[in-house]
Amino acid sequence: MTTKTLNKSAAGVGFAPALFAVILGLGIVTLTGHVQASALHDAAHDVRHATGFPCH
Amino acid sequence: MTRPMTSVTQPASPATKQMMNRILTSALFAGAAAGLITALLQLLFVQPVLLHAELYESGELVHFGGAAVSAHPELPGFDVMRDGLSIIFTMLTYTGYALVMVALMSLAESKGHVVTARAGILWGLAGFVTFHLAPALTLAPEVPGVAAADVFDRQIWWTATVAAAGIAMWLIAFGGNLVSYAIAVALLLLPHLIGAPEPDSFTGPVPTEIGALFAARALGVGMAAWVLLGTFAGYFWQSEAPRTAAA
Repeated sequence: MTTKTLNKSAAGVGFAPALFAVILGLGIVTLTGHVQASALHDAAHDVRHATGFPCH
Repeated sequence: MTRPMTSVTQPASPATKQMMNRILTSALFAGAAAGLITALLQLLFVQPVLLHAELYESGELVHFGGAAVSAHPELPGFDVMRDGLSIIFTMLTYTGYALVMVALMSLAESKGHVVTARAGILWGLAGFVTFHLAPALTLAPEVPGVAAADVFDRQIWWTATVAAAGIAMWLIAFGGNLVSYAIAVALLLLPHLIGAPEPDSFTGPVPTEIGALFAARALGVGMAAWVLLGTFAGYFWQSEAPRTAAA
């Protein structure tokens, strides 16, 4: 019964949730890793260097 | 009496909502956990090297052309504001990575692949190659104070390289035929054959020993971080499954 429900729900789901999550995730990474606004840059400075983003 | 619907978009189906919840919940748990451990590893192994480099960046220490300089200067300790922000931003960054990874896990599962914590180790390694190792091969992790080309140009090269490597990793994992492997190899090689933006001249005042140690430490901690992220993502993706189905 549970398996049936699972299969049914999996089949009814399109790409929308995955697409939304990818866009949200890349948006967060862009904010923490790339945006050059000085407040963001200063706060994320050490992380950008340590995580291998181009920093300044 | 029910109000007439004014929305032109169709409401999300319960299955779509369940999938959304499962992706968001697993990604948040995995990203926060892996990000916190990574932040501590970075503070322990990467941050001292960075602080050491900053002494040369600021000119407080100068090597060559003067008296020999001790390789063991006194470094600032834990800074609540600075290092606290680093912890928060590392957790955010890895949560961003986790959202991408778990979304792709959901696609892989819908194609019949089983995603577990064990398989997550491979997912993590693929993520490490995509987001860290591939761009680092030509744009090595920069210690503060090194000479570098314009930051916007490097960001474009970084983003293109990450996109190419990500597609390559997916093709290697799920392509299953020679053509997709060949495309993957081309995508992995191409950014490095084209080359990344380079500085016009070398002006970095930081000793090469510090730069090399920084790159090695950044990549080493990055690999540990991504393996943790993949394992956690696979684990939470599984553990969120029955609860979501039962709800």
